Amino acid sequence: MELLPTIWFIAIAVLWTGYLFLEGFDLGVGMLMKGFARNNTERRVLLNTVGPVWDGNEVWLLTAGGATFAAFPLWYASLFSALYLPLLLVLVALIFRAVAFEYRGKVDNPRWRARWDWAISLGSLVAAFGVGAALALTTTGLPLNANGDREGGPFAWFSAYAVLGGLAVVGFSLLHGLAFLALKTDGDVRHRARRWFVRLLPVLLLPIAGWAVSLQLLSGEVWTVLAVVAAVVAAVVAWNFARKGAEGRAFLSLGAFLLLGSASIFGAAFPVVLPSTLNPAFNLTISNASSSDYTLGLMTIVACIGLPLVLAYQAWTYWVFRRRVSDAHIPDAHSFLPAIAAKALAPKD
Amino acid sequence: MDALEIARWQFGITTVYHFMMVPLTIGLGLVVAVIQTMWHRTGKPEYLRMTKFWGKLFLINFIMGVATGIVQEFQFGMAWSEYSRFVGDVFGAPLAMEALLAFFVESTFLGLWIFGWKQLKPAVHLACLWIAVIGSAFSAYFIIVANSWMQHPVGVEMINGRPVMTDAWAVFTNNTALVAVPHTLFGALAVAGAFLLGIAWYHLWRRRHDGIDTIGADGKVIPGEAAIPGRDRTDHAVWIRSLRIGAVVAMISFAGTAVTGDLQGKLMFEQQPMKMAAAEAACHDGTGFSILSVGNVGSKNCDDVVAVIEVPGILSFLAKGDFTTEVKGVNSLLDQYKADYGTNLPDNPIYGDRAGQEIQYVPVMEVTYWGFRMMIGFGGVAALAALAALWLTRKGTVPASRGLMRLAVFGILAPFGANAAGWIFTEMGRQPFVVAPNPDPSGIDQVFMFTAAAVSPGVSAGELLTSLVVLTAVYAVLLVVEVKLLVKYIRGGVVAAMPELAHVPADENEDAAPRDGGPGRPGEADDVLAFAY
Repeated sequence: MELLPTIWFIAIAVLWTGYLFLEGFDLGVGMLMKGFARNNTERRVLLNTVGPVWDGNEVWLLTAGGATFAAFPLWYASLFSALYLPLLLVLVALIFRAVAFEYRGKVDNPRWRARWDWAISLGSLVAAFGVGAALALTTTGLPLNANGDREGGPFAWFSAYAVLGGLAVVGFSLLHGLAFLALKTDGDVRHRARRWFVRLLPVLLLPIAGWAVSLQLLSGEVWTVLAVVAAVVAAVVAWNFARKGAEGRAFLSLGAFLLLGSASIFGAAFPVVLPSTLNPAFNLTISNASSSDYTLGLMTIVACIGLPLVLAYQAWTYWVFRRRVSDAHIPDAHSFLPAIAAKALAPKD
Repeated sequence: MDALEIARWQFGITTVYHFMMVPLTIGLGLVVAVIQTMWHRTGKPEYLRMTKFWGKLFLINFIMGVATGIVQEFQFGMAWSEYSRFVGDVFGAPLAMEALLAFFVESTFLGLWIFGWKQLKPAVHLACLWIAVIGSAFSAYFIIVANSWMQHPVGVEMINGRPVMTDAWAVFTNNTALVAVPHTLFGALAVAGAFLLGIAWYHLWRRRHDGIDTIGADGKVIPGEAAIPGRDRTDHAVWIRSLRIGAVVAMISFAGTAVTGDLQGKLMFEQQPMKMAAAEAACHDGTGFSILSVGNVGSKNCDDVVAVIEVPGILSFLAKGDFTTEVKGVNSLLDQYKADYGTNLPDNPIYGDRAGQEIQYVPVMEVTYWGFRMMIGFGGVAALAALAALWLTRKGTVPASRGLMRLAVFGILAPFGANAAGWIFTEMGRQPFVVAPNPDPSGIDQVFMFTAAAVSPGVSAGELLTSLVVLTAVYAVLLVVEVKLLVKYIRGGVVAAMPELAHVPADENEDAAPRDGGPGRPGEADDVLAFAY
């Protein structure tokens, strides 16, 4: 067994799990901007729970992508080119979502805000769905030829697994977002988030459980099946904590669910990183898709220095902004701005 | 257009667009960090206001760089899968490091800076901005290491038809990168300099126009006050200081780009002689630098090009540092390239319809010739304008002329133009290679890739066209939104970025209060949202 490619397979699994754990809740909070939040103040409460951290969370996606490029260039090239249109959709969603976070509050106008609210909500939904579909397909396979290129046209990637994976990440993110809101807000939003969490947990975790279980049927091993069982236990524990009002523990238990679920999925896929549905001989594996040991060794050193640092300062960020947000903290919108600016502007002559 | 051409247009459009936001982020970030440091040291209210105002514009722009940056990382795999497969072993590492060691730092600490005005101690808060700024400089370094490897591959061996990294030190200290990094950073600072200069000019002009500032008998400005929040004497200090900082930054960065650009040019004459010959539209060997060449410089037929004004010796000086060494022109290089890298593309399916076609070693000379001159021209104009601005504002404000004000505002675009032209020149000048061969005679010269072989074979022209149209449309819409927001906040002045000015009486000392831990001390119930969305 090749040591370095295995380490990097695990590293990439860790990066994706970190991405889903962190961006999972800000995607969820983003989706909840519509449907859950009832008015502008509540929307601003939601936004400010993720405001200081969402951009840092999104870098986990870039790091997962970059690390895949560096460690498994053939995996990166085949997956990203085969999923051309869905990833385009993810990109557009992420662009609008990012810009919306920053621009929403910059003009005090309900129509302006409503547009960006939709951008945040739909952008989060589409991004979560697309990332989930891509991750599911990398475990269940794409119609790749011997060169690793997609056969069968722009939509040949489509399968039930794409939908299942998409729903899995959407469902998990929504639930994780609710857990995060229950933990990070106060007042009505907090209690409603907890109620929704308890009520919706079984439905929202169903698709991700379906993905994990179907992968066990395809290529599971004993330990990965046990991981699925443990994940289910973690979900029950999370539900129970939430019911009792222990929001922090519910959030962490859901995190444990993700960790175990993701271990079961990546573990079952190993050592194949991207199967070909046309011919198993075309499968991309950790051996035939990886970079040289020299590059992997270099990246290992960099990751051993970089990743603990990232975890440390991101943890510190969460500590700095640990306080719960409630509508009492939301200052008035910058409504003075148009008035002042209008007065301050030179009379148009 | 076939898939390759669409993919190239898409890469060009998305990259040039991304690189409108990025230099402003890098340059303005550094400027804001310096200004906040000055506030931290002196406690002068104008520095706090400058930090808030320029910081606001910085953030409006920053997010666009972030949003469009994700496209950059994804499209290597999406549209250029063969390229990714070929270079992955060496090119992926700097990209991954950029995310792990730079983007995380930048985004996390910027989040702390935006939201941490009251949660963090002032020194820690300031340090967060500095760390974010250093992070963005590191990201420039890593991405330029990656790009420089495409310009000048080093530190690899060919194993099974692909370059494999054997010497990371060589890759990360590639001399091409070591000169391109400072060149790019100075280019970014030039953008920030012109940005400060133009906007500050506008505000100083408006203060005169509104009759707030007047000119005394000695020709010096007499700053005044208006009964509107934020339009006091401190406001005058904000703009005149911003203007001076902008002008000085613009001049320093022009000098920096000139020095580093000269080093870069000398390297390029060795590493990619054809690019530099094409920059000159120089068909024949010679020593003269063309000020103006006419005829069809884009023609593949060199006889069409006539140099109308040529300064003898200058080309040799740019290339070699003396005035007499002959620099090779396109015609003699062409024979050399054909001998070294073949006359026709190989009969390999990865070239698609282009397999077997004759290789066009001469880049599109209209682009390289004018790109090179626009880069230098825009940069030089901006530097001269900055010098003129310092002279014109020596009495403490700007002239009352509306035309000059407009010129200063539109001058903001000059360094943007120089940056775009420079990148278009360097990337188009590398064609027909996506990884240019390194002519060093150490055996590495077989590490190269034609752009025609780099595009994703499995992706259809229709998919690429879809993404080209979608991304261009999205970017166009967002550019309009960003510029509108920037204009709104620029016109609003300091008070738009500092709502607290509208609520407290415009007492000079009030501004500095939070620094000393006044009303914003951590521990208060209502201070969660310093910079709320």
